[in-house]
Amino acid sequence: MTTVASVRRGRSRRRLVREVARKLLVYLLLLPLTCFIIMPFAWMVGSSFKPIGSGIKFPPQFIPNPVVFTNYPLVFKTIPFLMYTRNSLIVTLTVIVGEVLSASVVGYSFARLRFPGRDLMFIVLLATMMIPYPVTMVPTFIVFKILHWVDTYLPLTIPAFFAPPFAVFLLRQFFMTVNRELDDAAKVDGCNELRILFQILMPLSKPALTTVAIFSFTANWNDFLGPLIYLSSARMYTLALGINYLRSFRGGGDLAPQMAAAVMFSLPCILLFFLGQKYFVQGIVTTGLKG
Amino acid sequence: MARSGTLAGPRRRGGMGLARREAMMGLLLVSPWLLGFLIFTLGPMVASLWFSFCEYKVIQPPRWIGLGNYQRMFADELFYKSLSVTTRYTVVSVPLGIVAALAVAVLLNQNVPGARVIRTIFYLPSVVSGVAVALVFSWIFNYRFGILNYVIGLFGIRGPDWLGRPQWALWAFILMSLWGIGGNMIILLAALQGVPVSLHEAAEIDGANSFVRFWTITMPMISPALLLVTIMSIIGSWQVFTSAYIMTAGGPAYATLFYLLYLYRNAFNWFEMGYASAMAWVLFVIIFVCTLLTLRGSQNLVHYEGA
Repeated sequence: MTTVASVRRGRSRRRLVREVARKLLVYLLLLPLTCFIIMPFAWMVGSSFKPIGSGIKFPPQFIPNPVVFTNYPLVFKTIPFLMYTRNSLIVTLTVIVGEVLSASVVGYSFARLRFPGRDLMFIVLLATMMIPYPVTMVPTFIVFKILHWVDTYLPLTIPAFFAPPFAVFLLRQFFMTVNRELDDAAKVDGCNELRILFQILMPLSKPALTTVAIFSFTANWNDFLGPLIYLSSARMYTLALGINYLRSFRGGGDLAPQMAAAVMFSLPCILLFFLGQKYFVQGIVTTGLKG
Repeated sequence: MARSGTLAGPRRRGGMGLARREAMMGLLLVSPWLLGFLIFTLGPMVASLWFSFCEYKVIQPPRWIGLGNYQRMFADELFYKSLSVTTRYTVVSVPLGIVAALAVAVLLNQNVPGARVIRTIFYLPSVVSGVAVALVFSWIFNYRFGILNYVIGLFGIRGPDWLGRPQWALWAFILMSLWGIGGNMIILLAALQGVPVSLHEAAEIDGANSFVRFWTITMPMISPALLLVTIMSIIGSWQVFTSAYIMTAGGPAYATLFYLLYLYRNAFNWFEMGYASAMAWVLFVIIFVCTLLTLRGSQNLVHYEGA
């Protein structure tokens, strides 16, 4: 009896030691990798508080000394940062509204209604998610040029009102999980499809709608190629174009103001990510698509 | 039976009408996507196929030149360069990135305290992609004053002129792509978390060690996720643009002339819309073939539950 107990105790102690060793090993491997990921962020934030000229100083320092706050106002003085921010917000918010509305309607149709060609259309929709943007970039540009939409926000925003496949897919998958009895009951009460969608399904689908909105925000806030193609006059620039523009200005070519601009540019996305982290993870996992 | 009979009565009368009404409504509600597909995807694809057989410099109407653009491509050294740059980038960065993402996912799946925080940190780069990242990395890769060469220097090695030397520039982009593995890592982590614990426990009782268990249980179970991640990564690697445009503008000596960057220049700097359309179609075919090959090649490797 005692021998069995002591053997068992010995085994459990060995187990514990192994368990602790395993966890230590995991940390040991993860630590350098995590540092590798954090380093650029730390460098960006740290450098935004360095004095002008520290970009060409050796050795480079992580923690600024002295700490200087003038780079942030300098960005505002060098480029019309607020105007670019406003432009980016106009584009991004319009796209979000368009995407959420149109994708909800289409996603509802795919999830709930029976109509001829539905399954084929859904397969086509999935296939279009694989088509890279560059393939359609040239002719789409020509169409917008003919319409005289170049150098307006229309080429960047109008397509969002035509139900982008990623958002449709995500919402359709979510609507499929919502109990059908609810909309059947509403139908018996005489609700039409749009009322069912807007008053029953959409309020129940806040997580999915938030996911779509967050993904749409980061994708469009960071979009560089689209604005680069379509926006030619500087007053129309979005922030993504604008902060790249900073480099060509006197005083903007230095490390510190560039990093200050980069911090301010990425802050909304980072904040949004921390606020809506679980939606992000949900979104990536259900669709396998990256933002 | 009797009750359902009475209920079915009035319904049957309007049955055809209801189904038709639903079909009409369905088509109506799906029409935004259908229109968008025709206007922004199918239409442009057909148009670009046609343009690809034309000389089209925007100011003049397109002029049919048959296979002219494709012939030109065969003789265009820069086209080959962009093809080779992007191929090399894909061949190195995709496998490396997936192995790294899988390794991190496996580590994070070990239930260590703080795993959630680390997961968040790894995903963060995916949120700030684009211009900001390119700006930060152009300073990090700086030959003399960059933090990367400083860190390398601490180990007694002299770091290369990352963005200034043709033989190193592409490696800088590959290193940068490893920084952004978080998206793939999260997909793989979710797949790992979906592997039933009971399978592992059963194998453990049968005496399989953790290495054997990983290859015979975990890998088959997460193979669909691995396949998805592989295909997405390949498609993504053919679309590198912003970082190359900002950090190197394709240089030095065209060492980072990514395919999309060259396509962009043809279309929007030189207004060679016909040539650019031909390039876009070649890109489409490349991605299509890559996807198909990946699917084919993985047929015997990917395990689908219940299939």
